[in-house]
Amino acid sequence: MAGETLFDKVWNQHVVLTRDDGQALLWIDRHFVHEGSHHAFATLRQRDAAVARPDLTFGVADHYVPTRARHAPIGDAAISRMVTQLSNNTAAHHVRLFGLDDPAQGIVHVVGPEQGLTLPGLSIVCGDSHTSTHGAFGALAFGIGASDVAHVLMTQTLWQKRPLRMRIIVHGLLGPGVSAKDLALFVIAAMGADGARGHAVEFAGPATAALSMEGRMTLCNMAIEAGAKCAMVAPDAVTLAYVTGRHFAPGGADLARAAAAWAGLVTDDDAVFDRDIEMDAAAIAPTITWGISPEDALPITAVLPDPALEQDAGRASHIAEALAYMGLSAGQPLGDVRVDRVFIGSCTNSRIEDLRQAAAVLAGRRAVIPGLVSPGSSRVKAQAEREGLDVVFRAAGLEWADSGCSMCVAMNGDHAEPGERCASTTNRNFKGRQGPGSRTHLMSPAMAAAAAVTGLLTDVRTLTELP
Amino acid sequence: MQPFTRLEAIAVPLPYSNIDTDQLIPARFMSRPRAQGYGDLLLHDMRTKPGFPLDDPAYAGARIVVARRNFGCGSSREAAVYALVDAGIRCVIAPSFGDIFAANACNNGLLAAQVTEDAAEALLARLQAGDNRLHVDLEHCLIGDIGFQVEPVTRIKLLRGWEDLDLTRSHQDAIAAFADADRHRRPWATPTTEPPTCPTP
Ligand code: SF4
Repeated sequence: MAGETLFDKVWNQHVVLTRDDGQALLWIDRHFVHEGSHHAFATLRQRDAAVARPDLTFGVADHYVPTRARHAPIGDAAISRMVTQLSNNTAAHHVRLFGLDDPAQGIVHVVGPEQGLTLPGLSIVCGDSHTSTHGAFGALAFGIGASDVAHVLMTQTLWQKRPLRMRIIVHGLLGPGVSAKDLALFVIAAMGADGARGHAVEFAGPATAALSMEGRMTLCNMAIEAGAKCAMVAPDAVTLAYVTGRHFAPGGADLARAAAAWAGLVTDDDAVFDRDIEMDAAAIAPTITWGISPEDALPITAVLPDPALEQDAGRASHIAEALAYMGLSAGQPLGDVRVDRVFIGSCTNSRIEDLRQAAAVLAGRRAVIPGLVSPGSSRVKAQAEREGLDVVFRAAGLEWADSGCSMCVAMNGDHAEPGERCASTTNRNFKGRQGPGSRTHLMSPAMAAAAAVTGLLTDVRTLTELP
Repeated sequence: MQPFTRLEAIAVPLPYSNIDTDQLIPARFMSRPRAQGYGDLLLHDMRTKPGFPLDDPAYAGARIVVARRNFGCGSSREAAVYALVDAGIRCVIAPSFGDIFAANACNNGLLAAQVTEDAAEALLARLQAGDNRLHVDLEHCLIGDIGFQVEPVTRIKLLRGWEDLDLTRSHQDAIAAFADADRHRRPWATPTTEPPTCPTP
């Protein structure tokens, strides 16, 4: 019998039962809820049901929280209601909330790992597609909709069909100025925004192993933008070092026992994947998006595509529509594109390492366009301030704000204006994502910092020397 | 949940790929309680385009949508499905769907019918040429004489109008036994610092 993949090992440990039609009832180890959970809590109220396992459920206020003037009352009534609603719902069901005033508040996919709630081998769900982030620890983690959130709240389980397995082996090492974000965008462009649909992806190979936990989280976070069900990286010494000592993580004998279990969470040599893909890290340049889907990504050195040269009718019309929305023209070099605004933040790129990379580019330089830096959590913010990164951002002319989803999704009021072009470290360049009419270019923190300095989409590798 | 068996209705062509959930319902509207209805928010920002098919009288009363690949990609917001359902749509036909969208659709009685790229193009062309009624048969997985695909489990759930929760409740003992055994197998998997501030019910 063939060996098992990492994914199958974790999956199998969570199967309560399997139905004749193949649907498995999975046990859920961690359930994170944010403000968007109000639909699910309403279902509980309708059914007069309780949260089955409040001790495994954690609330995080992130999507609607203000990132400025945090302690003042929230002006917008609808936004304010979303934040209080989460407090009320979690309090009514005895769920621990990382609320607005909590020193550990932040974006759910930053807080979970940071607090040691995210561990190797766990099953983790959240009503948020970027739950794939937590797979960086070798956890089985995926996003679900409101009906399934309600189901998990009431039963701590979820019916799922076992997805197909895909392995992406990244050989070699990423070059200087090239980060996990560039790798992620490269993968999405190569596979398409639905290229990994229906698959659990395992990232492997030397370039993956060489990534820090922050880098692995960025990579797994973006896997959903290739349509993946979930993404995983096998836990190793880097993972163990990250987890050890975190607030909710096991310690002492429990940790030793856990570490022994985690050591087995690797794909067996003779395991078979439904799809195996290999790529060379050395071939990847700093990569940015130019259009309205994350698959519209190109190396910064490229020129914009021409719909007239595209054979596929669907693709040609997509390119034409994307160029029109983005206010760009076919054949234009990416490096000629002017940028109006910069955003550094989101669950993709707001951890301490991301801020360090952006600050390294900004140190001693001035931004020529306005920009906002929103750290991924209040803890990240404090850490960055201990390292003096806030001083670098401020000295460069960027705004240093509190943590939250902020301009990633523009729900809290932070947004780009119609027609404004934003260099953003976020994960989605959908039309209007950062506000109605906004134009988003996705890129790494270092590339966003480079764009801030020049006011153009810029290859950060050309900026290595200080002015 | 209302079962889905057959549907004969007007279909509206949306000849776009990657219609993401931010298009289906922009994030800024998501603080609205469901009771107020989401139908008027469907594709809100795309409808500002003059002549957008959804507002073309030729497709008034449409209950079916035909689109290009990767429909419903993006965020897990079930509100994207609420917007479709509340606008009267009961079936979306496309070459591929975002996984989470497809799961949410099923949980709300909305059929996400997967067809080949060629079939989608043929359907779009037909609708745009004025032949705007389609007949969807979930029992036989047919749109007129064009076959479509849907997960077998999804098909049964939609045909019967089943909800997961009722089934899960019948397995309560198995779940309790699993949780019990698992606590011994993986004691480290439960958070160490007991979080609830109040005693659990
Ligand atoms: S930062 Fe953006 S992508 Fe991440 S959870 Fe918040 S809104 Fe979603």
